Amino acid sequence: MTTANKKKYKVIGTTPIRHDGADKVTGRAIYGIDFHTTGMLWGKILRSPHAHAKIKSIDASKALALPGVHAVVTGKDMAVARDIEVEAGETSLNYMHLSDNVMARDKVLYKGHAVAAVAADTQHIAEEALDLIDVDYEVLTPVLNGREGMKADVPLIHPEQTTKIMAFRFDPGTDSGEKSNVAGRSQLKLGDIEAGFKEADFIVEREYTTSWVHQGYIEAQNATAHWNNDDNITVWNSSQGTFNQRQLMAEILKHPVSQIKMVPLEIGGGFGGKIPVYLEIPAAMLSKKTGHPVKMTMTRTEVFEGTGPASAAQMKAKVGATKDGRITAAYAELVFEAGAFPGSAVGAGAQGMFTAYNIENILIDGYDVVVNKPKSAAYRSPGTPQACFPAEAVIDELADLVGMDPLEFRMKNAAKEGDRRADGVQHPEMGNLECMEALKASDHYKSDLGGPNRGRGVASGYWGNAGMPASCSIAINGDGTVSLAEGSPDIGGSRTSIAMMCAEAFGIAAEDVHPSIKDTDSIGYQGLTAGSSTTLRNGWAVYEVTNQAIELIKARAARLWETEPENVDFADGVFFSKAEKELKLTFKEMAGKLMETGGPISVAASVAPRGAGPSFTTHMVDVEVDPETGKVDILRYTAAQDVGTMIHPDYVEGQVQGGAVQGIGWALNEEYFFNDKGAMLNASYLDYRVPTMLDLPMIDTILVEHANPNHPFGVRGVAEISVVPPLGAIANAIYAAVGVRMRDLPMAPHKIVKALQEKNGKTK
Amino acid sequence: MAAEKTHVRTTLNGEATEYLCEPNQSLLEVLRDVLLLTGTKEGCNDGNCGACTVNMDGRIVDSCLVLGVEAEGSDILTIEGVATPEGLHPIQQAFLENAALQCGICTPGFIVASKALLEKEPNPSEARIRHWLAGNLCRCTGYDKIVKAVVAAANTMEGKK
Amino acid sequence: MATVWIPTPYRDLVGGVETVTVAGSTVRQITRNLDTAHPGFWERLVDDETDRIRAGVSVIINGVVVGTALHEPVGENDEVHYLPAIAGGA
Repeated sequence: MTTANKKKYKVIGTTPIRHDGADKVTGRAIYGIDFHTTGMLWGKILRSPHAHAKIKSIDASKALALPGVHAVVTGKDMAVARDIEVEAGETSLNYMHLSDNVMARDKVLYKGHAVAAVAADTQHIAEEALDLIDVDYEVLTPVLNGREGMKADVPLIHPEQTTKIMAFRFDPGTDSGEKSNVAGRSQLKLGDIEAGFKEADFIVEREYTTSWVHQGYIEAQNATAHWNNDDNITVWNSSQGTFNQRQLMAEILKHPVSQIKMVPLEIGGGFGGKIPVYLEIPAAMLSKKTGHPVKMTMTRTEVFEGTGPASAAQMKAKVGATKDGRITAAYAELVFEAGAFPGSAVGAGAQGMFTAYNIENILIDGYDVVVNKPKSAAYRSPGTPQACFPAEAVIDELADLVGMDPLEFRMKNAAKEGDRRADGVQHPEMGNLECMEALKASDHYKSDLGGPNRGRGVASGYWGNAGMPASCSIAINGDGTVSLAEGSPDIGGSRTSIAMMCAEAFGIAAEDVHPSIKDTDSIGYQGLTAGSSTTLRNGWAVYEVTNQAIELIKARAARLWETEPENVDFADGVFFSKAEKELKLTFKEMAGKLMETGGPISVAASVAPRGAGPSFTTHMVDVEVDPETGKVDILRYTAAQDVGTMIHPDYVEGQVQGGAVQGIGWALNEEYFFNDKGAMLNASYLDYRVPTMLDLPMIDTILVEHANPNHPFGVRGVAEISVVPPLGAIANAIYAAVGVRMRDLPMAPHKIVKALQEKNGKTK
Repeated sequence: MAAEKTHVRTTLNGEATEYLCEPNQSLLEVLRDVLLLTGTKEGCNDGNCGACTVNMDGRIVDSCLVLGVEAEGSDILTIEGVATPEGLHPIQQAFLENAALQCGICTPGFIVASKALLEKEPNPSEARIRHWLAGNLCRCTGYDKIVKAVVAAANTMEGKK
Repeated sequence: MATVWIPTPYRDLVGGVETVTVAGSTVRQITRNLDTAHPGFWERLVDDETDRIRAGVSVIINGVVVGTALHEPVGENDEVHYLPAIAGGA
């Protein structure tokens, strides 16, 4: 671990036991999927067996006649949502698309698309009822590949959709008038790539493909909704953004925001996949129809088929460098499969793919293409795992041609403060080069590979990190402890990090702050638990409330000491009189005197912070390839990341390790196998192969603490980016091990065997 | 049509327990939805993730693959039976001290499975731990800290802290 | 005068250059003046119904994301970008 710009903290940087720890290790914690309430019915979704079809009719009469069934709803029972783009957190979305995704109206657009929902006394009766709903489909030819979908003579998934030449994901841009499955074309241009390529002594140009992958959170989507007689709707679920979901529900149900309460229970993983709404809407509709609370969950198959995996991509990358190793130009074409509705992360992919490097001439063409597959949702640094893969692979080939060590090649071209990204924005202060240097100085870098068919690869990555608003409130208890209320569902220990920042500000122990996560009626507006922003923005909210509280308590101390508030100061957890130094009281002692000096103190604040600061990282991996079976073993893995000031180092490290392992799965094993009818053939954890602990070594980390200068505690977002480099690093390591360049993900054993056979001239 | 329910008598976390369940209800469903013991989690319902691990008659099983009626006369340990009034089990404590959980949904399954391992083999190697726990999936941690927690728990339980 | 970076797909409106210098002390003024000199920008960037920069766009001033408010101040010699708004998944 290396540090830079590190202040001396008492609580920040320590590793207290998390506040929700006892509940979580004893099974007491209630997750969304665990929720029960009295009078509850169970709901299930009927899903389309076809990837592309018109719904001609739905007959639920037999289902309704089944004893124990209370109600059925379909897309026709939903109001038509507005076909507009609106802000939702840091990005935007189209309400009509979202609503149609939650339940199909006239057409089904992917296998698994929700068509109807049933409420019954038990899950089993609800499942039986699904089989009794008759849907008459007119099956249409599906579009199952991005590049195929761009062609002129293929079926149009949205017949009225025309290609927008866009600067932004949903901007009206210039309507080309061309009816197409290409929902949007975008472009990033910096400098002059023609001139840049002319300067280059070496140019590498390649094509790459990646497959659809799923976030893989172990707790499935869930929602229990109660639409009460007073028209107040309460929803208990696992959520990555209660206020965002509340807004979506209000729009889709045409219901006032103030009459919807989202109650976030504990959440069993999200990684971006639990940002949208899926079951919340049908659960609410069924509750209204039945007069009962209705609980809905998904089976694992439904999670794979009916939520928001990450886009497959077909990509080209071309990069040029001089013979002394300076990258002069970079071109890429990114075709992202958006799924059934527009809005893939192609823009974010474009913004991030070359951004770890200082390149003066860049051109990136992005295509957002609809296909008959589930609508993509966010998955950890969305777009950049796919887009950085070709960047890191081509850069590696260039390093080889130039004759430089791949890490040194990256260091020579590393982006620094003031350099421009492809979109023209200048980098702020950050620790990109520091990470690479730390990796170069590591034991891993110096170690021997120790055997045949072994190779080492590196790759870098970038992610922008979000801000978003936050609110919190604190109440100071008479015993010197603090009750802290905030609104961010805690996916990875954030409630403890937030409590630690509060404890640091007051000079008390982390254990003396009691954090809790509130519903949307009980706390001010909160952004998404996403974007690597939770600790950052809640840190700002904590900074606000603690500062205000300290001023209020100073005034109380002034009363006690019969002086003016300006004569009281606070440092290291102690209030003291500036004039008479013996007059001092600790935070705890003052807490005990609040009632007698004017009453209890509580403070609330909302913030909309800026200056989130980007994430940079470089990973190094050693692999061993079995040339006979193509199996790749990860021998050693080191992730170096600029993590800003670490509030709770173990949970920061945990994020880096967890993301790296997701990236390893993405690189080696994970993919959606679609047949030619658009059905996912491997929709279970047996055949959708996520890494198990047997597949991995320890994941070593080098956490560079380059404090974010724009944050009171130096916090920089950390949680997403580590999923980005493994794809490129492993591909590069496989080349170093056995001399084949893998350009199609995942790099599954049979593909490696085939590549080796082709290399050795033994094609079948 | 709901089938007639069976009356099952079993021992759960050391206590005599009875419940009614339908023949097609898994032990997992009985635990979570009949007995309201939601500590045992559902991740896949087809035996591939280990989130529903319980200890049944001394063996760890995926409770989603066991029928509720099969538990007649058995001795079942769930996550709710691991801690005692005296305090957390060393494994639970080790998971907390080593930050071996992020979202925590896989944690009950890992704890029940690890407990079975350490009771059988008090000093397992890292490789043995990874092999034993390969049937428990975690998507958040990358497993590193879970392995370290199990090693730490083994040391505590052996009195070698 | 602020330096405004033109989103690539709109560079045909400004004769292909990357940046344009524009007078103005708020995002509204900058955008309006940009549109006066190069017609088409206001309609692309601003939602007149909500009187804000369009959803999905983030204004960035000197590298800091400032959001969609038209009243956001812009200083002398500031650098302004109109970029896609991007969040992420945890």
